[in-house]
Amino acid sequence: MNSFWNRFSRNKSAVLGLFILGLVVFMASIAGLIYPDDPFLYSRFPLSGPGVNGFLLGSDSIGRDVASGIAHGAKTSLLIGLIATLAAVFIGVIFGAFAGYYGGLVDDVLMRITEVFQTIPSFVFAILLVAIMKPSIESVVIAITVVSWPAVARLVRGEFLALKNREFVQACHTLGMGDVRIMMAEILPNCLSPIIVIGSLMVATAILIESGLAFLGLGDPNVMSWGFQISDGRSMLRVAWWICTFPGIAILITVLAINLVGEGLNDALNPRLRERN
Amino acid sequence: MTNTLLTISNLDISLPEGSERSLAVENLCVDLAPGETLCIVGESGSGKSLTARALMGLLPAPHVRVSKGSINFCGEDLIQASERRLREIRGSEISMIFQEPMTALNPVMTIGTQIDEIFRYHVAMPAKERRQRAIQLLEDVQLPDPEKIVSAYPHELSGGQRQRAMIAMALSLEPKIIIADEPTTALDVTTQAQILKLISDMQALHKTGVLFITHDFGVVADIADRVAVMQNGRVVETGSVDEVLNRPEHDYTKKLISSVPSLIPRPPRTRSADVVLAVQNVQKTFGDGKSFFGFGKPNRVVHAVKNVSLELCRGETLGVVGESGSGKSTLARCIIRLLENDSGKIMLDGINLCDLNRKEMRPWRAKIQMIFQDPYASLNPRVKVGQIIAQGPMIQGANKKEAEARTRELLEIVGLDERAFNRYPHEFSGGQRQRIGIARALALDPEILVADEPVSALDVSIQAQILKLLDEIRERMNLSMVFITHDLRVAAQVCDRLAVMRYGEIVETGVTGQIFNAPQHSYTRDLLAAVPGQKWDR
Repeated sequence: MNSFWNRFSRNKSAVLGLFILGLVVFMASIAGLIYPDDPFLYSRFPLSGPGVNGFLLGSDSIGRDVASGIAHGAKTSLLIGLIATLAAVFIGVIFGAFAGYYGGLVDDVLMRITEVFQTIPSFVFAILLVAIMKPSIESVVIAITVVSWPAVARLVRGEFLALKNREFVQACHTLGMGDVRIMMAEILPNCLSPIIVIGSLMVATAILIESGLAFLGLGDPNVMSWGFQISDGRSMLRVAWWICTFPGIAILITVLAINLVGEGLNDALNPRLRERN
Repeated sequence: MTNTLLTISNLDISLPEGSERSLAVENLCVDLAPGETLCIVGESGSGKSLTARALMGLLPAPHVRVSKGSINFCGEDLIQASERRLREIRGSEISMIFQEPMTALNPVMTIGTQIDEIFRYHVAMPAKERRQRAIQLLEDVQLPDPEKIVSAYPHELSGGQRQRAMIAMALSLEPKIIIADEPTTALDVTTQAQILKLISDMQALHKTGVLFITHDFGVVADIADRVAVMQNGRVVETGSVDEVLNRPEHDYTKKLISSVPSLIPRPPRTRSADVVLAVQNVQKTFGDGKSFFGFGKPNRVVHAVKNVSLELCRGETLGVVGESGSGKSTLARCIIRLLENDSGKIMLDGINLCDLNRKEMRPWRAKIQMIFQDPYASLNPRVKVGQIIAQGPMIQGANKKEAEARTRELLEIVGLDERAFNRYPHEFSGGQRQRIGIARALALDPEILVADEPVSALDVSIQAQILKLLDEIRERMNLSMVFITHDLRVAAQVCDRLAVMRYGEIVETGVTGQIFNAPQHSYTRDLLAAVPGQKWDR
């Protein structure tokens, strides 16, 4: 664990990313304390600039506090990103593990299914799914999961294909170990590193998809999110630039931070690339 | 030695901080005369390959670099030489032959183009003439049909042919020195013998100095004029081949030489008549799979094992010897039921194992266990050693406590500290890992061990220890063993009987001594004749 941290911290931008991510998580967790009111609560002061009328980052067309929206929206974005990614990794690992381990017909069937999902452009597919299901937090999570698991499945399948013929796996066969145990207890721990890396990057993508959906009006109308704020402020970009800009910056910084952390994890967990510089 | 080509004096190569030792090579002094072959021998990690790379200016800088000393090549210090000058020297005056010809050749360029590159870079010559020269070179290294090979890609050639092509490239500009870094380690013995002969022929013809790096004392005995023995980055002994091999001075050299298994088979042991395992007419083919929708041609079919029958008696060690591709590993995996054989029977205690399905097979697994070749690949890096050994008995129904007690006992039997129990495999050396692999196989109290090249990935001194350990446990537990190997020296010392395999068939079986002294089949004779270092043995 110590040596892992040493390797991770060698990448300075990854540490910076982790720091920023920590701040965003912190902000999300104390949102209810610093802005105890509902972020949808409107005030008497619409379209106040940053710092005017007691609004740190200004207010929107019906007087909602942008800063409060960002703080509460952080919770939404991170949760959706995390849950969707966990679900996608779970499905992807199962598909990939079975396809890679058994090969042959099982592999063919599972991979053709995966390919069906991969052939549809992911964002269009997500829009379609949310539109069919009716916009809500659950439908957004499901849509993001459905469009992101195939990448995990392909990755895990590749790892399993490479590992299943290794001698230590053969040794398990000679001991009479069962298939599921070989897959889950012997092979899977050996492909955790790439899964963690792809998972961390998927959180960033999930946040972007969620914002995109909310921007198109397909987010949950009862939950504050960054995409919703941008979509709301879009028509007033010329008169009130702050409504769009600050949530946009929040998305940019968060996604960037997660990507940096993912890169750092990749360097730290992937011994072959470690001596890259 | 009046005219030396190369003098290395007081060479230090430093490793990056935090490495096991600070200097990879320490105070190295050797020299090389024209037409001479200097062998640098040593075990893995002795610094012999880094020395070769230092000569070519190919150290992985900036982490590893020459920190002291000089490399004097015909009056020029290569360490001070500019990168430009080094490029001129490489290939034209000093050239190198690598261990693995498949990775040393560029897979997307034809052999001809790769030879052509050397001429294009170093000498001005019209394209037509360059092609002529390339063909001539391929002919010189006795490649069949050079016209065709010039336009072949590396994967279209066999291992031996690729190594010949590498030698052709190395010789293309008639260099003064050839550095050969384990050039025959990846090759079969018969091919190795041919390549060694080729190198010494070429050397005699061109008066080239050869710096030959190897771990194999048999090879040293065959080709060296002088020998330098390296241990942990230092040269511990240098001298003529006769001095070093027959009258070694240094303790380490003595230890290494005594570890080399002798080619003279050890006296036969009394043989029990009780057959424990019978392999009857086993066949195995690969690659008749069809594509998903049944379109396309069926793949090329390889007959890996053809109609093989063997009998293993209680307490004996049956060696299966053969070169790569002979089907010996496939046979081992069929016996252990890692692969389904297409037809034939594998009889253990009167039961045909091939008839059993996975679940029925489970209790039989305990009776027949395997030791794998690669100690780095055969242990799961994410599982603790104790768990690796204990999981076998636990799958077979032992409770946790019993399994752990048995594991600790086994660790002691294979000569490991009990503290190994809670460690991960990467904390152990290759030899120790192989001991863990042996302990895992023994944990189920098997009757039969199938050992697939158990020592071929190990250094010679470790190899001797592991062979000794296998011998001890065989006596102690009255094990019968199928021992797969390509190394006839090892086979001579371990096996009671031998089966010689070629192209999936057994060409000859017999008592080890008989096969060594009076081989019947011509292939067995070829194999025996190709073992390096025979004159040194006798």
